[in-house]
Amino acid sequence: MSIKVRYFASLKESVGRPEDDLTTTGLLTVKEVWNRANPGKSLPGNILAAVNMEYVEFDSIVNDGDEVAFFPPVTGG
Amino acid sequence: MTVKISAEVFDPYQEIQAYQNTRLANSGAVGATSIFIGTMRDFNEGVNVKGMTLEYYPGMTEKQLEKIITEAQQQWPIIECLVIHRVGEILPIESIVLVAVWSSHRGDAFDASRYIMEALKSRAPFWKKELLVTENERWVANNTDGYKPG
Repeated sequence: MSIKVRYFASLKESVGRPEDDLTTTGLLTVKEVWNRANPGKSLPGNILAAVNMEYVEFDSIVNDGDEVAFFPPVTGG
Repeated sequence: MTVKISAEVFDPYQEIQAYQNTRLANSGAVGATSIFIGTMRDFNEGVNVKGMTLEYYPGMTEKQLEKIITEAQQQWPIIECLVIHRVGEILPIESIVLVAVWSSHRGDAFDASRYIMEALKSRAPFWKKELLVTENERWVANNTDGYKPG
């Protein structure tokens, strides 16, 4: 299974890269995608997640080819 | 209904005029236009700010803004709506955001524009990084709730 993982804003700076290409076997939740992409680094408490550009909960299932994004609270406007 | 992300400086008044002249030229049903313009301040949280970088999530930002406008359309009879948001390097006095709503009646125009603006602040993926006069940079941590004082 191939998953694109993207990071934005301060989270992109703290993980040190804008994205990852993750190859896995079996279904993963959004939280598990984070853990696979960032071993040993706990997910900061205020982080939001999106799959294919829609907000999701961390227990949502990710499918092959999905784009998973992690980012801090939004501050536009 | 139009959503624009602009990497360039934009003049909200010219944008409204252009929209009025094209999309609304013959719309006799319009009785109310509600306009919100957000502008970059030169201070925030007690510190002087000299510039800002606005990051966004291309694709998701537009998708969320379109979704917010659809939600507003489901609640209020909107004739037209224009949302423009800046990204990239921004200086004080420049416009950050424009939300304009055309409707038949003021209540709907006010309520729909307020709804769109507040939903944008809490859900549209934009992130501000401020450059302070001290040359330090800082990410803005979160947006305040516009429905509460302060």
